[in-house]
Amino acid sequence: MAREPEKVRQQIGYMSQKFSLYNDLRVIENLRFFGGMYKVSSSALPERIRWALDMAGLTDRESAITGTLATGWKQRLALGCAVLHRPPILFLDEPTSGVDPISRRQFWELIHRMAGEGVTVFVTTHYMDEAEYCNRLVLIYRGQIVASGSPTELKQRAMKGELLLVECEPLGPALETLKSAPGVMDAAVFGDALHLVVPEASEAVHTLNSYLSERGIRVKKIETIRPSLEDVFVSLTTTHAQSAPDRRPQ
Amino acid sequence: MNWRRLAAMAHKELIQIFRDPRSLLVVVAMPILLMFAYGYGISFDIKHVPICVLDRDASQQSQDLLKHFQASEYFRVVKVANNYRELNAAIDAGRCQLAVVIPWDFSRKLAAGGKVEVQAIVDASDNNTANVSMSYSEAVIRGYSQQVQLEWLQRHGLAGASTASAPIRVDARTWFNENLESSAGIVPGVVVMVMAVVGTFLTSLTIAREWERGTMEQLISTPVTSMEVMLGKLAPYFVIGMLDTTLCAVLGVLWFDVPFRGRWSVFFLSSTLFLIVVLSLGYFFSVVGKSQMAANQMAMLATFLPTFLLSGFIFPIDQMPVPVQVISWVLPARYFMTIIRSVFLKGTSLAQLQTNLLALGVFAALLALLATRAFHKRLD
Repeated sequence: MAREPEKVRQQIGYMSQKFSLYNDLRVIENLRFFGGMYKVSSSALPERIRWALDMAGLTDRESAITGTLATGWKQRLALGCAVLHRPPILFLDEPTSGVDPISRRQFWELIHRMAGEGVTVFVTTHYMDEAEYCNRLVLIYRGQIVASGSPTELKQRAMKGELLLVECEPLGPALETLKSAPGVMDAAVFGDALHLVVPEASEAVHTLNSYLSERGIRVKKIETIRPSLEDVFVSLTTTHAQSAPDRRPQ
Repeated sequence: MNWRRLAAMAHKELIQIFRDPRSLLVVVAMPILLMFAYGYGISFDIKHVPICVLDRDASQQSQDLLKHFQASEYFRVVKVANNYRELNAAIDAGRCQLAVVIPWDFSRKLAAGGKVEVQAIVDASDNNTANVSMSYSEAVIRGYSQQVQLEWLQRHGLAGASTASAPIRVDARTWFNENLESSAGIVPGVVVMVMAVVGTFLTSLTIAREWERGTMEQLISTPVTSMEVMLGKLAPYFVIGMLDTTLCAVLGVLWFDVPFRGRWSVFFLSSTLFLIVVLSLGYFFSVVGKSQMAANQMAMLATFLPTFLLSGFIFPIDQMPVPVQVISWVLPARYFMTIIRSVFLKGTSLAQLQTNLLALGVFAALLALLATRAFHKRLD
C-alpha cells in the first residue's frame, strides 16, 4: 500500500473539513477537473457530472463561480467531486462543520444513500448526534481510541451504571448535594434538569427521592432515560482521564 | 504519467490564469510595459545635450561657431547668456550641462591668424554625460577650426592644399550596430530581462497558490503524481512564455527598429531552453516559498538583479572583476544574453553558438530536475 499511493488514492474519495475546491472555478469546471484527476473516462464523465450536480442540487447552477455558493452547497459539491470516480471507500473529515441544520440533514441523507450503495464511508465528527447515524463508532480522546462499537453497543457496554433524569427545584443546591449523595457516580446539569449516573436505576429512584426532600429540594420528576452518545462519551472520557492522566498536553 | 490528468491540470491552470485579472496583467501587460520601459528608458546615446552659450565677442565669426553647435544633433542651445552670472545660474539650476564661452577677442585673434581659446564649462555631476559632451564639443570646435584653416588657405590662393588639411583620417567602420545606437544592444537584452522576470514570476505563484487557498489538500488526495502536477502547471505557462517572447522580439524589430539577422529557429531553440530554466526556477520557489508573497520575492530577487547586473545586459562581463565574472558563469541568463544578441545583431550560425547553447541546455536540465524533486505530495 505504501509503495503504490496513487493506486490507493484511485480507490478512495476524500473530502476535507475546510472547503478545498477551487473557488475561482465554475461548478462544472471543478467537476471536470476532479473527473480528470480521477481519470473518469470521457464517455462516462458527462453522466457522472449530471449525477453529482443532481445530488448536490446544483443542476441549474453549474456555471456559477464556486466561491459564490453558500456553504451547504459547497459541501455537497465537494462530496460530488470526491465520489465522481465511484470510490469504494470515502473519507469525510468533519463534513458538516459550519453547515446549517437543514443542509446537515440533507448531507447525511446523501451519506446514507451512498452507504446503501455499498460505499464504505468514514466520517469524523464532533457532533455526537451525528455519530448516532453511524453503524460503527470509534471514540477518540486525546489521540487515543477510548471505545468502539455500534451506537447501541456503546451505550450498553460503555456506560458504567444507568442514567437518571431529575427535574427539581432549586437546581444549583440540588446538584451540589447530589454530587456527594450515596450511590451517585456522576451528576451534571442538562438543560433545566440533572443527569445522574447511578449503579442501579430503579433502586436509586426511591432513595434519591427521599434524600432530596429531606434536604428541602422539591422533586418534580425522576425517571430512567436511555443515555445519548454524548453521555457515553463524557462518561468514557472522564474515566479515561482519571485512569490515564495527561499524557499528551492539549 | 497519465495524459488525462496532465491535460485536466493544464486546462484548470489555464482557466485560472485567464480568470485572475492579476495574472492576466502579468501575462499580457508586463512584457509590453517592460519592453517600453527598458527600450526607451535605457539609452546610452547622448543627444541634444542642453547647452548655454555666452558670446562675449558678438562678431560674425563667433556667431558662426555657435551655429556649428546649434546645427549639431548632439547639442541643443537652451540659453543665450549675457554674462557669467546668468551662465552660472543656468548650470547651477541644471538647465544646461555644458556652457560655451567665446572670449571678447575671438574674431580679432582669428583675423590675426593667432591661436584662440574657447572656454567650455561642463557639469560633471554625471561624469559619463560630461565626458561624452566634452568630446562632442571638441569635435564641433575642431570641425570649425578646420573650416577656418581651409578658408584661410583658399583666400591665400592655396586651394589645392585643402586635401592636406587633414593628413590622416581614421575611417572607422562599425559592424553589427552600424549607427552605434545603444538601443540595438539594449532591446535584445530587454527580451532576456522580460523572459527572466515574467517566466519566474508566473510559475512562482502556481504551487504557493494551492497551498495558500487550501486547495492542495484536495489535490493531494487525488491520484495525480508530482510529475503530472508540475508538467500540467508548467505547460500553459510555457505556451504563454513563448507567446510573450515572440511578442517582445516582434516589438523589438518592428517598433524599436532593431535588426534581426539570425534565424528564428535558433531564437526559438534558445528561448525554449531559457524558458525551461526560468519556469522551473519559479516553480521551485513556489514549492519552497509556500506563500505567494515569499515565492514572488524569491523569484524577483533571483532573476531581476542578477540578470540586470551580471548577464552582460548593461555592463560588459569582460570588464568585470574576475570573481564577479566567475559568478556570472552560473547565471543562465548570461549565455542566453550572448545568444540573443548574436541572433539579433550578428546573425551568428547555430554552430558558432553551440557552447552557449550547451551551457543553457545544461542549466535547463538541472533546474527541471530540481523542480521535479522539490515537490512532494505530502501535507506537512
